[in-house]
Amino acid sequence: MTIKTYREAIIEAMILEMKRDEKVFVIGEDISGGRGCEDFDGEAAGGPMGLTQGLWDEFGAKRVIDTPISETAIMGAAAGAALSGLRPIAELMFSDFFGVCFDQIYNQAAKFRFMYGDQGATPLVIRTMIGAGIGCGPQHSQSPYSIFANIPGLKVVTPSNPYDAKGLLISSIRDNDPVIFCEHKALLGMDGEVPDESYEVPLGKGKILKEGNDISIVAIGQMVGVVQNCIKSLEQKGISAEIIDPRSLSPFDDEMVYDSVEKTGRLLVLDESNPVCSFGSWITSMVSEEVFSSLKAPTKVLTPPHCPVPAAPNLEAAYLPDIETIISASENLKNYS
Amino acid sequence: MQLSKDKLIDAYTRMKKIRVFEETMRDEFAKGTVPAFIHLYIGQEAIASGICIELNDNDTIASTHRGHGHCLAKNSNLERMTMEIFCRADGLCEGKGGSMHIADLSVGMLGANAIVGANAPIAVGAALRQRVMGENLVSAAFIGDGASNQGAVFEAMNLASVLKLPVLFVFENNGYAEFTGVDYHCGGGDIAKRAEGFGMPSYKLDGSDFFAVQEAAAEAVERARKGEGPSAIECYAKRWYGHFEGDPQHYRTKEELETIRKDNDPLIIFRQKVEEAGLVESSDLDVIDDDLMSQVTNAVEKAKNSPLPNVEELTTNVYEEGSY
Repeated sequence: MTIKTYREAIIEAMILEMKRDEKVFVIGEDISGGRGCEDFDGEAAGGPMGLTQGLWDEFGAKRVIDTPISETAIMGAAAGAALSGLRPIAELMFSDFFGVCFDQIYNQAAKFRFMYGDQGATPLVIRTMIGAGIGCGPQHSQSPYSIFANIPGLKVVTPSNPYDAKGLLISSIRDNDPVIFCEHKALLGMDGEVPDESYEVPLGKGKILKEGNDISIVAIGQMVGVVQNCIKSLEQKGISAEIIDPRSLSPFDDEMVYDSVEKTGRLLVLDESNPVCSFGSWITSMVSEEVFSSLKAPTKVLTPPHCPVPAAPNLEAAYLPDIETIISASENLKNYS
Repeated sequence: MQLSKDKLIDAYTRMKKIRVFEETMRDEFAKGTVPAFIHLYIGQEAIASGICIELNDNDTIASTHRGHGHCLAKNSNLERMTMEIFCRADGLCEGKGGSMHIADLSVGMLGANAIVGANAPIAVGAALRQRVMGENLVSAAFIGDGASNQGAVFEAMNLASVLKLPVLFVFENNGYAEFTGVDYHCGGGDIAKRAEGFGMPSYKLDGSDFFAVQEAAAEAVERARKGEGPSAIECYAKRWYGHFEGDPQHYRTKEELETIRKDNDPLIIFRQKVEEAGLVESSDLDVIDDDLMSQVTNAVEKAKNSPLPNVEELTTNVYEEGSY
């Protein structure tokens, strides 16, 4: 077992899969050195966040393909390549950019299997950066995974730590449907134990990070780390929380959440997406429909407010749900009568 | 005109099959038997046929909402394609795609596409097999004059040019983007020249003339297979009917419609050329006409008598079975 960062885990997953299967390739903006030239002999930068570092040196320009700034062409080419037998990993540098290329994702890649009568698979991974917290402002900080999860045909994963990032990416690359792999930019430097060998974390399987009896807390992406920092304070207040990281939003491990709520009777969801039609509201809706009789309190979703992500550090800090809000919401649920 | 007799017969068969098929669809649509919109390819038969005759099953095409002609020219299964237009369970797409989304991956037909211009990046993606796997293949995108204004098409041309991918951008300039004339919608008025701006060679030719299309396609395909990158072929042709069946075409004059059918019939032009040159007997072609008529009639009858999908199929094949 070795300690690796979230970023290193992602790179390692790609390298292992590219070694295993020659059909796997990576395409995106600046992913080599931002040079893309066959005869380039400088040090390949591996993208602005260093998430493809080392790939170009190992696999060359044929499989690590720099593109113009053309998200529609990248997503469309990746969709077409997947439909015709390759296994592309397409990088959408920031998920905010989906607005200029979503047709190729939701009208094309997501629908191929269904609308072409299961003639072929679309084994496509779209790696993309989500999340607020490092001052990138309104157009580089969003978490649009609720929109992705709304689309039939797409799978969506949100790794919260290095171990899951590697295992989920390997599973996503091996999966035969389009997967949106949401990398949280605030987690790139996070350390964790990551085995050197290849392993899969299955899509659609959540993980109980801590068992508890009073309240089920489902946290997505960056929110997993935030809620883990609340555990001690909650215990001091006599609240035993069960913490669930769903890891995949689509498919979603609804049974794990139902089982937990049946035990605790209370549900709090921490979700970084916009509140209206958020993924968190979908979770609470399903819980209300399926295990209503187990509930001892109304379900609660904590999200940012319904506004764009601000640039100013104090506003951005106020934007994200914080420890105090989580503790106070948990107390309210525990004390509800 | 250096083509063998077999290839000439093949060319005529592809074009005539499209004509007979589309005329039959027109009749069926008028009778109300077709469950959705259809967009007919009549008048443009020489384009799909001239391009696809230079491609093999491993080569791919990405098509448009006006895709019946591309399917047939790429040798898609006639019966299953017809069933798909009638949305039947045994259609190529099991009835879930319909006319605007027919695909036949077994012959490299990557799908008709109801999003105008969206097929161009998909064709570029299929061409990546040459770069990634070293495969010998060519990928063609059919793009209307209307689609030529889409950003997706521009991005696709630039990416194909930058990566030197084996792509044919086939512009079918039929004069209309849905109801709007090319003189109005196309800035600069020259689609081929736009492609040249991305650094690829381009052709501008009479898309009613099979031989003009085929000769350009042969050159462009050879260039692509050698790894020399994409080409653009702008084919002028006439769309005989409306944007979709039922379109009253208030934007066109009667005179225009009469003239185009007289002067721009790809089948008449082809027959004149090959018969005058003594390459094929008229009677050989007449036999093909009869045979195609019965093939198409049978396919339509079979489709109409085959079942719609089971309602249980509504939610199948959204994801790989067992994975969701």
